[in-house]
Amino acid sequence: MTVISPGFRGRPRTSGHRLPPGQYETRDFPVLSAGPTPRVAREDWEFTVTTETGDRYRWTWGDLLSLPAERFTVDLHCVTRWSKFGTSWEGVSLDVLLGTVQSASDYALVSAYGGYTTNLPLADLLNGQAWIAHRYEGADLPAEHGGPARLLVPHLYLWKSAKWVRGIELTARSEPGFWESVGYHDYGDPWREQRYQGD
Amino acid sequence: MARAAVPGRLGERLRWRVATVLERRRETAAAVSIALDVPGWPGHLAGQHVDVRLTAEDGYSTQRSYSLTSAADGSRIELTVQSVADGEVSPYLAGQVAVGDLLELRGPVGGWFVWRPEQDTPVLLVAGGSGVAPLMAMIRARRAAGGRSPFRLIYSVRTPEDRWYLGELRRGDPGLDTTFLYTRSAPDGWPRPPGRIGAADLRTWGWPPDFFPECYVCGPTGFVESVADQLVTLGHDAARIRTERFGPTGG
Repeated sequence: MTVISPGFRGRPRTSGHRLPPGQYETRDFPVLSAGPTPRVAREDWEFTVTTETGDRYRWTWGDLLSLPAERFTVDLHCVTRWSKFGTSWEGVSLDVLLGTVQSASDYALVSAYGGYTTNLPLADLLNGQAWIAHRYEGADLPAEHGGPARLLVPHLYLWKSAKWVRGIELTARSEPGFWESVGYHDYGDPWREQRYQGD
Repeated sequence: MARAAVPGRLGERLRWRVATVLERRRETAAAVSIALDVPGWPGHLAGQHVDVRLTAEDGYSTQRSYSLTSAADGSRIELTVQSVADGEVSPYLAGQVAVGDLLELRGPVGGWFVWRPEQDTPVLLVAGGSGVAPLMAMIRARRAAGGRSPFRLIYSVRTPEDRWYLGELRRGDPGLDTTFLYTRSAPDGWPRPPGRIGAADLRTWGWPPDFFPECYVCGPTGFVESVADQLVTLGHDAARIRTERFGPTGG
């Protein structure tokens, strides 16, 4: 049963952008995180990839900046229902970082400074779909948006794009991260409106 | 790691339900509390929210999340909606919805920003504006459970007219200390000049870090960022600071 609310009109339907179901457009950049913003100095920053055999690959801030960076413009979709179109970033593709990693895993558990984690299939980090982003709109990425660097996987809801990213653990099975273990969807495709487990 | 807050089959819990408006109570010029009857409501924890879905006559539909403000009480739940200028959903809910109207919602959702009655540590609640909503649910859940863990609420508002739940907070609860802070204008004779919340306010009206309080901070992004940073600087363990950011974005 659908309940019609008499007198409710909603916003004009003629937005130039395509919105995933249940989303609305915003022009600011809301901040959502579960606790205080971690402050990570660039000289202390490192990013690691750990495989199922325990092999560990490590990049310092200098290592990251020496890798080929891409500039890309993507739309962001947050599970709290805002979408922001045409955001511009600069970062290193995960294809570059994972290119030399030897692994038979199918899943990734991403961890962040501050203790946050999130999980997704490894395939969603490859083939030009994900970056370690360190610049936003032509400037260094501010801490409240995940700086020094964050994961960006724009085709999934934004909680998968871990702010303050610290490492990726490659695993044979899907292991739930922070929000996924309290009822949010394992995959989080905004176009299929996969907000919560069971969606 | 936190566990799912309310057990039960997810498909059932996250099914859209039809709720009936039981009561409207005005909190301020812009904010209204709405009590709803939700048949089959599975119960909730203080701090959780619901998704509300409105559908227009042409089939267009949109959704927003609202914090639950009541303690679990059978099939009755409450929300408080602040009408946001040029918002899409909030002016309708705050201004037009009447007793007896039907609304669609699902939930409860969210298992991190919650307080459980079995927690026995001191609790610091820090609210900025409408961010008081989920914190009020914690105060009410504590009361409903006869809880004795000491609570402190620091509630920052622009002016005295912007305080929600004023009568209830003035009546108070044993073991709950409430402090109002004003950012634009304070009542006559108020000892603290109007201004944004600072470390001195958190030190004076909050708990010392060595009491190991659980801190819940909710409000607009700038408020939450600032308060959470100051709590960390004062020596509170970041793992004990839970935040939820509200914005007028989209409304």
